[in-house]
Amino acid sequence: MGGSTLYDKVWAGHVVKRDDDGSCLLYVDRHLVQEVSSPQAFAGLIARGRRVRRPEAHLAVADHAVPTSGRDRPLPDGLAARQVARLEENAARFGIPYIPLRDARHGIVHVIGPERGFTLPGITLVCGDSHTCTHGAFGAIAFGIGSSECEMVLATQCLRQMPQRRMRVLLHGRPGPGVAVKDLVLALIARIGVGGAVGHAVEFAGAAVAAMSMDARMTLCNMTIEAGARIGMIAPDDTTFAYLEGRPMAPRGALWERALDHWRGLPSDPGAVFDREVSLDAGTLAPYVTWGTTPEEAAPVTAHIPDPAAEPDPDRRARMRRSLAYMDLRPGTALQDVAIDRVFIGSCTNGRLEDLRAAAAVVAGRHVDSRVQAMVVPGSAAVRAAAEAEGLDRVFRDAGFAWREAGCSMCVAMNDDRLAPGERCASTSNRNFEGRQGAGGRTHLMSPAMAAAASLTGHLTDVRELAR
Amino acid sequence: MSGWTRLEGLAAPLPANDIDTDVIFPARYLLLLEKQGLGRYLFHGHRFGRDGSPLADFVLNRPPYDRARFLVAGANFGCGSSREHAVWALADFGIGCVIARGFGEIFAANCARNGVLALRLEDDAHAHAMAAARAGETFAVDLAARTLACGDILVPFDIDTRVRRALMQGLDEIGFTEADDMTDIARFEDQRKDRLPWLFQDIVP
Repeated sequence: MGGSTLYDKVWAGHVVKRDDDGSCLLYVDRHLVQEVSSPQAFAGLIARGRRVRRPEAHLAVADHAVPTSGRDRPLPDGLAARQVARLEENAARFGIPYIPLRDARHGIVHVIGPERGFTLPGITLVCGDSHTCTHGAFGAIAFGIGSSECEMVLATQCLRQMPQRRMRVLLHGRPGPGVAVKDLVLALIARIGVGGAVGHAVEFAGAAVAAMSMDARMTLCNMTIEAGARIGMIAPDDTTFAYLEGRPMAPRGALWERALDHWRGLPSDPGAVFDREVSLDAGTLAPYVTWGTTPEEAAPVTAHIPDPAAEPDPDRRARMRRSLAYMDLRPGTALQDVAIDRVFIGSCTNGRLEDLRAAAAVVAGRHVDSRVQAMVVPGSAAVRAAAEAEGLDRVFRDAGFAWREAGCSMCVAMNDDRLAPGERCASTSNRNFEGRQGAGGRTHLMSPAMAAAASLTGHLTDVRELAR
Repeated sequence: MSGWTRLEGLAAPLPANDIDTDVIFPARYLLLLEKQGLGRYLFHGHRFGRDGSPLADFVLNRPPYDRARFLVAGANFGCGSSREHAVWALADFGIGCVIARGFGEIFAANCARNGVLALRLEDDAHAHAMAAARAGETFAVDLAARTLACGDILVPFDIDTRVRRALMQGLDEIGFTEADDMTDIARFEDQRKDRLPWLFQDIVP
């Protein structure tokens, strides 16, 4: 009878104290610190004369506000320069390890955590950033928190939390050619909605997940927050261990063997019960693109823009009308007839080496459409270097892409990489919210291969149809 | 931060579902280092035109809703980014209570730490609150009694004990933990060091 889920096991291992109301004081093993959500947290510590309980349990890096070209100090944007400087001061003051902008280890928090082996199976990991769910790909309980919670973690190494309900998403089958993990997760969100997993810790399982690389698993878990769940997890297995072995902060020698023993006990027991189950057949899916201003407003690229008049629910109908007005799209238009101005390949969702390989394979030997401005922003300096070692930078540059330095860039548009009002972008990022890529900008989310295909034709394009 | 028990005022209706924190507080203002004075950036893209002039048809620009203390929204309010700036901006604008059919979880957690009540109402209760907000009725929430009065209807609500206490007493969560839990945390840490030593190695990233 029963049995524990992966989430239950990791949770139970971190409970310092349980209160009568069911809330727990949960121990936090690791905390990623970035420049945007941390200044107010550090200011709170300083104002009350508090110290950081375990400086070595944190890792600081500036990723959101940094430019992706022209990084000679001082940074050209005075506010960004001030924010990065504040992070450096705070890290130095409290003895927190800091990775500078011009460092081979620099990159987006959610890309470098796994790269450095800072992210490990069975840990709790938090960051003042909602896409912290990315790290769940390693079998960690990882979630985004606000600045006040960051302050709490810095001071006490704990957070007070209620346990989540458990949800399992089973991904069956094998995706067809041209169909990537991003398509699977957009199809899932289109089905369950952007609020569909609120209150749950999601575990992804099934044959399609078992066959995925770590890069793909990170994309999958990264998007869990777009279905409303703060936590997305995958049981650690040999793919996980092979990725981690030899990473700088991963255990070595006898400790590695001990850690493996512990990690092998983490997967959900066969009889484990979930509060909710959803399954999806990856084998039947086409590439997906979003047409609206929430990630659930997504459809197969072969489809047409839906008609709000056909939507029975009045709230959803109103929402669709607002989305289409913002996106300047008309019901019934074929998605593939939608012309684009910009292409962005990068972000914590799709800025890893495999993502760049998938996009490069599509653009190799071809050229970006003359009406399109396209850029690649690797997720980290290490991804950038690895891509250059394979010659991917040449492929992109020859095709007419700008080849930039690592950062969040046009996913959050806090630096100069942003859409002008009315511009339309094929983007591998995670959010198509109003103004997300720049005030008045319009975002269509898709996989790296699909964004690459759109760059070549100047409109949304089914990558499977591009003649070789 | 000081606590509160009763809040009274007008409620601005914002009926859309899935209003995300990028809409509540656009990313370009995240470069600021402070949490004070952010009310001016609240719903910036909806409240102001490209030239910075107020847009008369946005509800928070329309008297009497420019003095609203409550906001009544649809489902999944505050989804998306974890930015606490969204809550700091709401509080600075004067909003002490957001009523919705559901909330983004990180947003709701941020509300509780900043004296803002994220009140989930469903079905008829929510529909009534929305109608009362549109009619310009006065709202009053009483945390001690766990009731919301909107117009002539009194709606009882459930609230997490800990959240209610935090709102009423304005507790410093860290101070409270330092006073009560540090011995337990230290003991837990020692046991963890024995059991999972690889998490306590002093290695360079």
